[in-house]
Amino acid sequence: MIGFLQAIGRTFLSGLTAIGRVTLFTLQSVLQAVQPPYFPRLILKQMMEIGFYSLPVVGMTAVFTGMVLALQSYTGFSRFNAEAAIPNVVVISLTRELGPVLAGLMVAGRVGAAMAAELGTMRVTEQIDALTTLNTNPFKYLVAPRLIAGLIMLPCLVLVADIIGVAGGYLVSVVKLGFNHGTYLKNTVDFLRALDVISGLVKAGVFGFIVSLMGCYHGYHSFGGAQGVGKATTNAVVTASILILIFNYIVTELFFAR
Amino acid sequence: MSNDLKIKVRGLSKAFGRKVVLNNLDLDVHRGKSLVVIGGSGTGKSVLIKCILGLLAPDKGSIEIDGVEMIGASSEVRETAMRKCGMLFQGSALFDSLPVWENVAFGLIEGRGMKRAEAKQIAIRKLGNVGLGPEVGELYPAELSGGMQKRVSLARAIAAEPEIIFFDEPTTGLDPIMSQVINELIKKCVSDLGATAFTITHDMHSLREIGDEAAMIFEGKIVWTGPASDIDNSGNGFVDQFVHGRADGPIKMPIRPL
Repeated sequence: MIGFLQAIGRTFLSGLTAIGRVTLFTLQSVLQAVQPPYFPRLILKQMMEIGFYSLPVVGMTAVFTGMVLALQSYTGFSRFNAEAAIPNVVVISLTRELGPVLAGLMVAGRVGAAMAAELGTMRVTEQIDALTTLNTNPFKYLVAPRLIAGLIMLPCLVLVADIIGVAGGYLVSVVKLGFNHGTYLKNTVDFLRALDVISGLVKAGVFGFIVSLMGCYHGYHSFGGAQGVGKATTNAVVTASILILIFNYIVTELFFAR
Repeated sequence: MSNDLKIKVRGLSKAFGRKVVLNNLDLDVHRGKSLVVIGGSGTGKSVLIKCILGLLAPDKGSIEIDGVEMIGASSEVRETAMRKCGMLFQGSALFDSLPVWENVAFGLIEGRGMKRAEAKQIAIRKLGNVGLGPEVGELYPAELSGGMQKRVSLARAIAAEPEIIFFDEPTTGLDPIMSQVINELIKKCVSDLGATAFTITHDMHSLREIGDEAAMIFEGKIVWTGPASDIDNSGNGFVDQFVHGRADGPIKMPIRPL
């Protein structure tokens, strides 16, 4: 019985320690990101890495999600003769929820893992120590550019994903389900509110920050050679994905709770 | 004679969990001299060098560089002290994402804000000092042999013309000829700069080649110090056993007999 309680206590304490470490890491990263010197070249490089090179995977995800959404909505709504609502369902689902969440999860898998692997390798090969001996703050040089790039680029990606996703829904609705293309577009535009798009973009910014933060945190604190780097990579993707889902609810609550 | 001391370490202790690595360690490094610290694996050599460089925080003790206390110092004070230091890492710790010349010039560009073109000229000159041609500057670290990587790392360590150069196992993993090349380069670079050198190694040949003074670390304490030329006649049981590589003596290896 005592052993069982000890195990619970240990788990609880290690959970608190982890939360404390992540919080301190976040504060230090943000503090370093807002103070000069800045590294614009590195920020641009990370923006390309996170934004431009994620376009194919996010675009593919968005187009097929939009297509499936239109198809599934049709099979359901046709039972109630409510097919006209399909454009609204597609655009609102994509802009509010599916665009930011799916893009966030895809970027977590692609970029978060790469960040953790890169920083983890730098940690175990003493490259991060070398930065310090060369009078360069690793938080400024490695972490801050990734956080800034994540924060900026995920909303851009989600904006593109929204457009491509709606196009996917439009394609299926017009070509396969026989919708009039003008009516479909009119319904889409008429029912879409600015808040739908803005809430999605705010979510995307939060998710981009989370993905970069988890990638950097786990990579920065990795240890134990190749196995440690592998573990850091897995942890970065898993924690980022879970946090994305948690923060998705929190941001939705902030925007739309009555 | 503390004015004569470049680095002064007093009562330095560091433990990882229950494992005590440094145990109330005292050490002096004299200005303009080359001190070589020898000791077996796991005796605390690397932890000592990392504590002096601020890469690890000691549990207690005092570290002075040029008479300025480093423990608990502000980031500005530490930054000023770090500007005086260069470091050659055991595994070279070159940045794989940067070409060789940028690795060498890194501290000048990012740490001191020097223009890239000017820093590149210095990097090419420093590469020349370690026997590498300008064409090597355009290669990436992964394209170099282990010996060349060590030489690039040495060029990086001396690029900013530091007052103190730290060498962490500079010849580990190199063949005897390349080890001798590195030893000679270290001797030449240190004497050209008039720098103070602090080396940790278990290579006795390196000690005889590059050391003015020597110290032996065992179980987190300095058990002997003296002129490097006295290493073979130290009259100290620990040093004698280590120098002659004997299994019997005061140093007990934690292995079971076959």
